[in-house]
Amino acid sequence: MKKTVYVVLVLGFVTAVAAPLNSSDKIIEPTIQAIAVNTKIISPIVDKEKTQADKIREKESADAFKEAYKVLMHPRCMNCHPSGDAPLQGDDSHIHTQNVTRGKDGKGVYAMKCSNCHQKENTAGLNMPPGNPNWHLPPANMKMVFQGKTPAQLAAQFKDRKLTGKTLQEMLHHVEEDKLVLGGWDPGEGRTKPPLSHAEFAAKFREWIEKGAVIPK
Amino acid sequence: VLRDTLEMTGTKFGCGMAQCGACTVHLNGDAIRSCITPVARAAGQEIKTIEALSEDAIGKRLQKAWIEEDVPQCGYCQSGQLMAAAVLLKEKPNPTDNDIDLGMSGNICRCGTYQRVRKAIHRAAAMK
Repeated sequence: MKKTVYVVLVLGFVTAVAAPLNSSDKIIEPTIQAIAVNTKIISPIVDKEKTQADKIREKESADAFKEAYKVLMHPRCMNCHPSGDAPLQGDDSHIHTQNVTRGKDGKGVYAMKCSNCHQKENTAGLNMPPGNPNWHLPPANMKMVFQGKTPAQLAAQFKDRKLTGKTLQEMLHHVEEDKLVLGGWDPGEGRTKPPLSHAEFAAKFREWIEKGAVIPK
Repeated sequence: VLRDTLEMTGTKFGCGMAQCGACTVHLNGDAIRSCITPVARAAGQEIKTIEALSEDAIGKRLQKAWIEEDVPQCGYCQSGQLMAAAVLLKEKPNPTDNDIDLGMSGNICRCGTYQRVRKAIHRAAAMK
């Protein structure tokens, strides 16, 4: 008797559970779940392999940026990428004497334009004005601020074309070829050079981009 | 070159390192610091010194305003101040105080005539 009751109860339970599967919309669920299960079975292996490779590459990219960041935040680079509208001067990055200001095109205003003092080449002598034919700050509509930025903030800024006006490849070209950038390694008497050579810096910047332009933590 | 060779002594030699503005002259209309400008940069270009300031209307107005406001004290920086002011008025005919600060802050006056320089520039701008 007891066995009969148990059998009936079990059959009733199974029927009750199975009943919803008779409706057409519910039939799909097990199928999707089955796919999901199958995917779960396969994907962890693939993801694990991909993630490990990606993680190494991402770390290398982020590490490369952190190295390049040492140069980007050095006064020879950062002094022309200030948070305000006045360029900075010296290894202590003080505000440029004479209260020079950026102007719309980054080349100063009125009687206070960059080229009024900065010649095509460095002026000889201790702490005399460094030179370049195109001496300027970034323009007012694209200030490209470095000062005060963390590595993550600066990397994110480089990747935002709205803020830079450049693709990463164009940015790389700026880093590798622009004579204003190169001028950081020929700063004139009385100024220190960045901690990496230009070749090392450009290589790190290139590595950062080619390995995914990862924003460092 | 300007003072010793060409004997145009209106332009003054001050710091010799582009810091004070006393040597300001115009190179193709821009206010350059002559003390550190190589002669090669000036070759074939138009150079204008304080001696030629009154050749145009802005220069004339500035000279008149400078006299009316009695701007100079010792006078050493004044030719540079005037040459800088001429560029300011050419590019900004009606400058605000802020424009004057931005355009004239590179010209140092050890007598402290800054307030009179400001008044004279406003006066010159209003003369038209």
